[in-house]
Amino acid sequence: MALSGLEIYKLLPQTNCKDCGYPTCLAFAMKLAAKQAELKDCPHVSEEASAKLEAASAPPIRLVTLEAEGGKVEAGNETVLFRHEKKFFHKPGLFVRVRDSEPADAIQEMVAAADAYHTDYVGISLVLDGFAIEAASGNPATFKQAVAAVRAASKKPLILLASDPETAKAGLEAAEGTRPLLYAADGENWEAMADVAKGAGVPLAVRAPDLDSLADLTEKLKEKGLEDLVLDPEPKGYLDSLQSFTLIRRLALKNFRPLGYPLIGFAGGKEGVDETLLAGQYIAKYAGFIVLDSFEPANLYALLVLRENIYTDPQKPIQVQPGIYEINQPDGDAPLMVTTNFSITYFSVANEVEGSGWPGWLLVADAEGMSVLTAWAAGKFDAERIAKDVKAFNVEEKVKHRKLIIPGHVSVLSGELEEELPGWEIMVGPREAVDISPFLKAMWTNGK
Amino acid sequence: MSVEIPKESWTGSVREVTLGATAEEGGTRTRTVTIGGETTLPYLHFEGSIPHPPALAIEIVDRKPDDWSPLLEKVWGEAMNDPAAWAKAAEQAGADMIYLQLSLTTADGQPNTPENARAVVRKVLDATGLPLGVAGPGQADVDNELLVAVAEEAKGERILLGICEEANYRTIVATAMANDHLVQSKTPMDVNLSKQLVILISDMGMPLERIVMDPTTGALGYGIEYGYSVMERLRMAALQGDKMTQQPMLVDPGAETWKVKESKVGEGVPESWGDWERRALDWEALTSAALIHSGADLLVLRHPETIRRVRGLIKALMSLETAA
Repeated sequence: MALSGLEIYKLLPQTNCKDCGYPTCLAFAMKLAAKQAELKDCPHVSEEASAKLEAASAPPIRLVTLEAEGGKVEAGNETVLFRHEKKFFHKPGLFVRVRDSEPADAIQEMVAAADAYHTDYVGISLVLDGFAIEAASGNPATFKQAVAAVRAASKKPLILLASDPETAKAGLEAAEGTRPLLYAADGENWEAMADVAKGAGVPLAVRAPDLDSLADLTEKLKEKGLEDLVLDPEPKGYLDSLQSFTLIRRLALKNFRPLGYPLIGFAGGKEGVDETLLAGQYIAKYAGFIVLDSFEPANLYALLVLRENIYTDPQKPIQVQPGIYEINQPDGDAPLMVTTNFSITYFSVANEVEGSGWPGWLLVADAEGMSVLTAWAAGKFDAERIAKDVKAFNVEEKVKHRKLIIPGHVSVLSGELEEELPGWEIMVGPREAVDISPFLKAMWTNGK
Repeated sequence: MSVEIPKESWTGSVREVTLGATAEEGGTRTRTVTIGGETTLPYLHFEGSIPHPPALAIEIVDRKPDDWSPLLEKVWGEAMNDPAAWAKAAEQAGADMIYLQLSLTTADGQPNTPENARAVVRKVLDATGLPLGVAGPGQADVDNELLVAVAEEAKGERILLGICEEANYRTIVATAMANDHLVQSKTPMDVNLSKQLVILISDMGMPLERIVMDPTTGALGYGIEYGYSVMERLRMAALQGDKMTQQPMLVDPGAETWKVKESKVGEGVPESWGDWERRALDWEALTSAALIHSGADLLVLRHPETIRRVRGLIKALMSLETAA
């Protein structure tokens, strides 16, 4: 955790020599704490103090990056236990497991399909992050071939699951030019695995069944010069992963360096455990990398959306620009609907209108990024607001009719709106976006 | 190296609330459900106690609903035409509680009446021994009329009466107090509003042991993160000793997830959404699981498969092995 100004002051020479450009050492320390000055501006700071200050300014959870031609996954640099305290920064990478014991053409077929997977959620394209290739065969040559087969079908980042140093080396050769995660060093093989990871310049995962041995191992690896580590406390199921991941995150945020690394969680192949639900738990509770046993679009879509939601900045609801939106090239007779500028609300409504084939005008009111009901409860989506936006966005010039469809959830606004907008007829639309198409079919007669 | 486990010590705890009453307690339920009582954050058994697992209720409706997903119609079948049969099927599916939703109109399109609501509640109470929750259709005047009749009919059963909202709670609370029931206090995803409505309800004389807090649920992809964080904040406030946030929390992932497009619609959606049934079931189960991790004590669900999946998660989280 970052040091306070006073703590930094204690490490400075305290001579008030002004060589740094500040009137006193204390003033300089305060600037350092606020990250508005740099330590190198002080020519007199001792080496020991400098080392201490640098160590203290390192993030509590090291940022580890995996990379290949087709993308990059970063994990770490998190600063809180609960998203409402600030936000979660680096979305956990989702990887699908491939076993080298499967035939090469089967591997390539699955990898190609998973690599091409993309889906749209509120205007964001969601994709899988990469593949975790397992040396199930135990044979270095087979593993190398499997890595090459995956690389031929995808350029996404990789995790190499190979705990035998020779096999690991063979896999790394096939992944040359990329930065995969090597999994994993344990109490037995750590020295050899450290050499392999160091030789290839790649991050190394460390696994041990309890926190004591895990911390011992990371310390030893650090002494060997490895800095980019990833932790696996080897949980068996939901409860021990929740507890061990929570404890590691807590310890790291308290600046316990030996566990200040991102976490990797394996969701599949655990007895009595639902892979999707455990992966969901990993998303909410602190994993940096998640390995799924299978590529299943329905599950992946749900998990990718959950990841988007949990990693949204709670201080900034995702919003769209208020205004009048044209859908399917509307003319002056096309229906006019109003909703709020919360992006989930906007996309739900816009997608439905678009999918229905109806040309339409969508008035997106400035409701400070809140959904219909929340905005209404908070007084940000009332008759006055809507009437104001009807005028502000020149709606009366766009449509020839004078009919406005409001969300069913705010049917109570219709009376007031008719007062605010003289000459307009207010129609109460459906409560849910999914019912817009049947509503228009039944209720809209070209504005007449 | 010996790693010192950092334990949080909290001063407050969540209030225990018991739903349903057995014959000895003045009702006719064959079992009761107690929720709440936590003294730490979800499932961190190494630093506090989690005395009760979250309870799982299945939502049934007094008449076959017109707007439910075909996937739900497929799984409940004929039982949807008869609330008693539906309640029995829900009990068989493993529900801890039945949550009965009253409709604005009856199956033949007539306005619902207090007499009809009474009759339906009687049938459901006779069909199952599980504790019961009953929610009005969501229109203040109709809710009050129906729920007063329901509360009288079920006197002494300690049913959960809903839904109390800031704009309409007095009549529901009064009838719940007069007939020994509990109330569901619902507010729109806001810590202070949650707290305020609990205060208003308790100011009417309702004991806090009979209030369940409903912070409002957003479905996966449709605002789950708001409910999730409000629940985490409410739970932390409760553990820090803020008395009026210490009610157990009810969430409604069943109704919220089954109304979204991902669950409701099987055709004309992107191929990347995958298999419809699997997706719909993931939507309800994954939303439920996330809310369990943020402190849910009572979940109202719709699909029996979700009960099975979520029960597996709960059983594991309640086993007492620890990482520490």
